[in-house]
Amino acid sequence: MAQQKEIETSGLLGWIDQRFPLTSTWKAHLSEYYAPKNFNFWYFFGSLAMLVLVIQIVTGIFLVMHYKPDASLNDAGIPVAFASIEYIMRDVPWGWLVRYLHSTGASAFFVVVYLHMFRGLIYGSYRKPRELVWIFGCLIFLCLMAEAFFGYLLPWGQMSFWGAQVIVNLFAAIPFIGPELSVWIRGDYVVGDATLNRFFAFHVIAIPLVLLGLVAAHIVALHEVGSNNPDGVDIKAQKDATGKPVDGIPFHPYYTVHDILGVSVFLIAFSAIVFFAPEFGGYFLEYNNFIPADPLKTPPHIAPVWYFTPYYSVLRAVTDDFLLYWMTPFLIAFALLVLVTGRSGLIKLITVLAVGALVIGFLLIEAKFWGVVGMGAAVMILFALPWIDNSPVRSIRYRPGWHKWVYGAFVVVFVVLGYLGVKPPEPMLNLMAQIGTLLYFAFFMLMPWWSAMGSFKPVPHRVTFAAH
Amino acid sequence: MSDSPRSNSPRSAPRSDPAGRAAATPLDPSRRTAIGLTAAVGAVGGAAAVVPFVASFAPSERAKAAGAPVEIDVSAMQPGELKRVEWRGKPVWVLRRTPDMLESLKSTEPQVADPGSLRTAYPTPDYAKNPHRSIKPEYLVVVGICSHLGCSPTDKFQTGPQASLPDDWGGGFLCPCHGSTFDLAGRVFKNKPAPDNLEVPPYMYLSETRILIGEDRA
Repeated sequence: MAQQKEIETSGLLGWIDQRFPLTSTWKAHLSEYYAPKNFNFWYFFGSLAMLVLVIQIVTGIFLVMHYKPDASLNDAGIPVAFASIEYIMRDVPWGWLVRYLHSTGASAFFVVVYLHMFRGLIYGSYRKPRELVWIFGCLIFLCLMAEAFFGYLLPWGQMSFWGAQVIVNLFAAIPFIGPELSVWIRGDYVVGDATLNRFFAFHVIAIPLVLLGLVAAHIVALHEVGSNNPDGVDIKAQKDATGKPVDGIPFHPYYTVHDILGVSVFLIAFSAIVFFAPEFGGYFLEYNNFIPADPLKTPPHIAPVWYFTPYYSVLRAVTDDFLLYWMTPFLIAFALLVLVTGRSGLIKLITVLAVGALVIGFLLIEAKFWGVVGMGAAVMILFALPWIDNSPVRSIRYRPGWHKWVYGAFVVVFVVLGYLGVKPPEPMLNLMAQIGTLLYFAFFMLMPWWSAMGSFKPVPHRVTFAAH
Repeated sequence: MSDSPRSNSPRSAPRSDPAGRAAATPLDPSRRTAIGLTAAVGAVGGAAAVVPFVASFAPSERAKAAGAPVEIDVSAMQPGELKRVEWRGKPVWVLRRTPDMLESLKSTEPQVADPGSLRTAYPTPDYAKNPHRSIKPEYLVVVGICSHLGCSPTDKFQTGPQASLPDDWGGGFLCPCHGSTFDLAGRVFKNKPAPDNLEVPPYMYLSETRILIGEDRA
């Protein structure tokens, strides 16, 4: 005789709970998940990211019902893929709305995710024990970039085509295997029908599956260790007699209701853009993408969509001069800093070897390759944050006042790099992008030192909270 | 009466103490080895199954078969005119250069990265390894794809100072993507993102005015 499972529910719910952990899951993740009660404005963006994910999946399903991933020309001489987008826009009932929701949703996704990541940055949400929450988040960011890139090829306009051409050719810069690798990615010697079809497959099924898995892992990891908060205080350290954190409140109903406010404000702004400015002045949908792809003619000015431009600026900034006069001295100074202040012999050795290999590599391999490496490193360096922040406190609230200026400068650098990425190449602007690139990397690479400097304020035992 | 779904599983059948049973049964090392070997062989098979999927990404037989040579008639071209033709999905430019344009190549010679077309990433055919990079000096034939990241440069034949170009610009090509510049022989200027000169495709003259792109006599 098997043991009867101990449950508190009865009736239909009881029948389900005997067979499936419904009530216990609900409690663990919503009604008895205790979140700090002092969440502020910045804590809206996680749930908003979930909302945008749902918008993208739902609108995406309906777009796939009418879209055709086909680069061949129709009777009118227009690529079938391009024509099917125009068909959705003009002939499918409400098709224009579904498509604008999806295209605006892509940009909205990056707006909320960048703000969500910035929140993590200023409140130290990546610090122990939340390293895996942060790493899953970074992987989600990578997936999102891949998803946006693959999706951008599908309308098969001029920017779709030439954007994909440039990014796939990035891989050709890898020494030895590069050219073959880029042919393998395209499935042809130029971006063509094979490329369009495989990007479609990645965009509608492969990446979304990975993305959903990572989002689940991100939330499970978060709920295992508990949410951080603007004070960076560990709420589990102060519990009441029943074992509940005194500064925690159940996520449901408190934060589910609270997030309705964020959702409402977000949807007002989102709808305003969808209905009144879906192209957003050429930043959400670029004007050149309303011209069918022409493999023989690059548009006079090509730039990626706004959310990629900071990284695109890094790519463009890397020239022979930049490597020789800026990056090499910076890396050598960095290695000396590690040698003088480092405590671990192993880290010193690895740093010297890595810097030596890079400087020799700068001389042997062309700048084009290092531009690609720089762009990749600018994203990958985010993964290191939990281990390079040596500040004794988590939140910016209890850090020295000048740390705020450092974070402020980083935001300015990021925005300026983003702005430069949409501009045509000019020597003066390129110089600015080079300074910006150096500052971007300096922010992270020097973080182990500057994050521990200055006089820190005492962190309270309880969160700062005034009842409304 | 309990009717838990587990009640039929063999684990809870007569002897419901798996821990005690495991302790009573001695470890059989030969079985452990057999399980290990089976798993290892299975993993090799699983890895081998990846091969066809990875290989399916390569260009198909149809894509490989495409790419026949194309013919172009240059008899009607005016001096200074540029014609674009498609070969293997890429733009090929045929530029009929004026004497002034050919003259400008002498002044760009010290400013370009690889004046002798000696680099091997996009090997220049022997008949184009000359300052004008062509069979006949008048007609330049190059693939109009920047060696940086594959954009197609724009022709900037007007000389003198202008946006994105140096003040002593003598005519040439500007890549709109990352600002690489090329002279009127498709040679890349120094310290630009593009490492190589514009590729010269294999080509030959079928007659005085007809050029076949994609094939040469070599």
